[in-house]
Amino acid sequence: MPIESVFARLEPLLPRVQKPIQYVGGERNAGTKDWDAADVRWCLMYPDAYEVGLPNQGMQILYEILNEQPGVLAERTYSVWADLEALLREHGIPQFTVDGHRPVGAFDLLGVSFATELGYTNLLSALDLAGIPIEAADRDGSHPLVIAGGHAAFNPEPIAPFIDAAVLGDGEEAVLAITAVVRDWKRAERPGGRVGLLERLAGAGGVYVPSFYDVDYLPDGRIRRVAPNRAGVPYRVSKHTVMNLDEWPYPKHPLVPLAETVHERMSVEIFRGCTRGCRFCQAGMITRPVRERSLSTVVGMVDAGLAATGFEEVGLLSLSSADHSEIGEIAKGLADRYEGTNTSLSLPSTRVDAFNVELANELTRGARRSGLTFAPEGGSERIRRVINKMVTEEDLIRTVTTAYAGGWRHVKLYFMCGLPTETDEDVLAIAGLARKVVAAGRQAAGRNDIRCTVSIGGFVPKPHTPFQWAGQLGHEATDARLAKLRAAIGSDRAFSRAIGLRYHDGRPGTVEGLLARGDRRVAGVIRAAWELGARFDGWSEHFSFDRWMTAARSALAGTGVDVDWFTTRERELTEVLPWDHLDAGLEKDWLWQDWQDALAEVEVDDCRWSPCFDCGVCPAMGTEIQVGPTGQSLLPLAPVAPRS
Amino acid sequence: MSRRQPERGADEIAQRLRIHYARRGRLRFTSHRDVQRALERALRQARLPVAFSGGFNRHPKISYVGAAPTGAASEAEYLEISLTERVRPASVRADLDAALPAGLDILEVVEAGPGSLPDRVTGSRWRVELPGVEEEAAAAAIAAFLAETSVPVERVLKDGRRILDARAAVVWLELGGRGSDGDPGPCAILELVVRHCTPAVRPDDVLAGLREVAALTLPVPAKVTRLAQGALDPCGDLADPLATDRAAPAADGSPQPVAASAVVDRPPPAGA
Repeated sequence: MPIESVFARLEPLLPRVQKPIQYVGGERNAGTKDWDAADVRWCLMYPDAYEVGLPNQGMQILYEILNEQPGVLAERTYSVWADLEALLREHGIPQFTVDGHRPVGAFDLLGVSFATELGYTNLLSALDLAGIPIEAADRDGSHPLVIAGGHAAFNPEPIAPFIDAAVLGDGEEAVLAITAVVRDWKRAERPGGRVGLLERLAGAGGVYVPSFYDVDYLPDGRIRRVAPNRAGVPYRVSKHTVMNLDEWPYPKHPLVPLAETVHERMSVEIFRGCTRGCRFCQAGMITRPVRERSLSTVVGMVDAGLAATGFEEVGLLSLSSADHSEIGEIAKGLADRYEGTNTSLSLPSTRVDAFNVELANELTRGARRSGLTFAPEGGSERIRRVINKMVTEEDLIRTVTTAYAGGWRHVKLYFMCGLPTETDEDVLAIAGLARKVVAAGRQAAGRNDIRCTVSIGGFVPKPHTPFQWAGQLGHEATDARLAKLRAAIGSDRAFSRAIGLRYHDGRPGTVEGLLARGDRRVAGVIRAAWELGARFDGWSEHFSFDRWMTAARSALAGTGVDVDWFTTRERELTEVLPWDHLDAGLEKDWLWQDWQDALAEVEVDDCRWSPCFDCGVCPAMGTEIQVGPTGQSLLPLAPVAPRS
Repeated sequence: MSRRQPERGADEIAQRLRIHYARRGRLRFTSHRDVQRALERALRQARLPVAFSGGFNRHPKISYVGAAPTGAASEAEYLEISLTERVRPASVRADLDAALPAGLDILEVVEAGPGSLPDRVTGSRWRVELPGVEEEAAAAAIAAFLAETSVPVERVLKDGRRILDARAAVVWLELGGRGSDGDPGPCAILELVVRHCTPAVRPDDVLAGLREVAALTLPVPAKVTRLAQGALDPCGDLADPLATDRAAPAADGSPQPVAASAVVDRPPPAGA
């Protein structure tokens, strides 16, 4: 049955909304496929505004991989802003895809990528606008399966009632496996209906179906156990790991937005995973092991991507890009190749060492040098030992000296506040560090107009990290500590004008903490907050702390637990955590030991360069660290000159 | 030791090209900045030797002539680019068009002859479709509007509210013929010629004027298309702004190719 585009009905509304271009699609390298010729149809959603969602690499990768398959169709949808939401409701137009402007409810699968927990309310808006029942239990065979992915899906319990399934880890192979199961089930005349399909997906492994697991609670509110409620589903569901990234060089044809978006560049992920072992970093823990793309794949992807897009900037992405075993070769090779072409290269690496500055220098040959960012993360050496960020003060001063001497005028430093065991002194140490940075910078640059910006984020403990047991620092305490830091920075007139302090209100961190380490009882809070109007919670102008607290009071009434219980309470080893049945590969014993090491201020090395610490990922997942060097030197490249 | 950033001089210009392009279908919702970004990427993708300005933040030398507002389609947008090497205009047309998304369509490229392009673009012809508006109501509103010598309307600009005279800039306004779009409902179509002035009077301002003088209201937003731009003559006709360039021999003496699309009043394709 052909599915009609809603564009004719949408078009007259577009002149009435802000930035209508975000809703029309038509980007370079996007397209639509014949609806009736496809037997499995995916709608991919990024639950935030188009300007944030369009550049998302995960979405672009899956969009391209799925559309390359014969008989498979994938289209994209993003959250609509309040102005269009109101008009869609007024005119009875459903949530639509930007590619074919097809109703989201008509697809077989709705895959939603959660980079952050603050996108949960936007999922509910999209489901409601699509005419899909918000609770999975209310859906029938006419509705798409709603599948969550992305980093936040490593604890999908707070959205368990709203999703049909969740997939942990890398999506490249997982989406194709799911597609095959759905295709077979449709060809077999949909045996068992919706539940039959979910059983097939759960049984094949690697797809978590929350409704197949029951959660029991102890009288004190902690979880007693989480267990399957039927045969044929595993006790624990494991994450997916793509082992050879050279076989998956996506996106090959990146989308080129017409609207202005947060990143406008050709992004190439040069490796996935990180074993630096920063204890606060969920991304580093859940994406292990390290898997590098080879130098020739990276350069090939840059070349092909630029040719397919016309982008002016290339970003070499990963969790710590300077750690690629052949990054020096890659940087020099790309800098040689694109010199004089007005193509800029960037390496979003915040590693505190001189090599990182050399790389940045190489990538900005002949170009303006504005700002370099480093992430010491903690103000004192003591707190840096707690978080396993092995940077000494001398390292930092040496690094910034190299940077300012190399012509960089502005150094940005990232820190966190609210780390486990942190005291006021640890945070106030940031002021002294910033002064030393400015003093070193003035000397190295030979001028006084250099700048240092200190950016501070409130720490939120995340699942599958050694800090998953930690009590989160309340936002009042966080804000008070940062007020003292602000005063300390301002107290020395000789430096205060050269130091900028960037910090936002700590209250969103409390909600993020609730959603990150919540269990299924938090679903009621999300639904209540959404019903009170919560949307776009990652945007400070739309976020309302009071709304969330009102929702939490009503939804958690009678459960014996509250927001503090989920956020500021420290957990014990014996407590069943809401995500214990979801396997990111890390041994719980190892995580606990690392937590104890943190409390004892003991550091752990990176296993790329030291013996294995038995975090558990490689044996459990049948994976291994894959790093070079490949020994290749860079390709005989002719410089790409403008054609005449 | 401090190191100053390298400051580079502007590129030498070997050739200037004038480009006539259209903004069609759903791409009518692009803003001027969206078009600029898309065009700069297309120039890079087509590997054209675009000349850059000097200074720290070098930018490509592209000048746009009177971009149509967001939401308006256009069959007649113009820009001029400077190049560091000579190229064949016809191949630029094909390469650039291939590198742009469908809906941003390059119609013609000619080498710039003498004279300034903005000087040859002093007026615009617009078609304004008003779905849901009866022709009689539109005709009455037009008559009332044209009877006035001045129709002040308010517009919100970046620097606050401004009063514009919607009437003074209107050279021509009449009811146009229905298209063959097959929609059975009423849909008055206006044909409008305005003289360019600062700030520019746009079709929206004229519609505000029609509301002002005759209470003409629109049940849904108007669909606006710029059909032509050019030098306005006393009869309200617009001269093709690239005609002089097309007639002039190229700087290297070769004849300018005549593009198939060298017709200013090319009708827009049906549908989006």
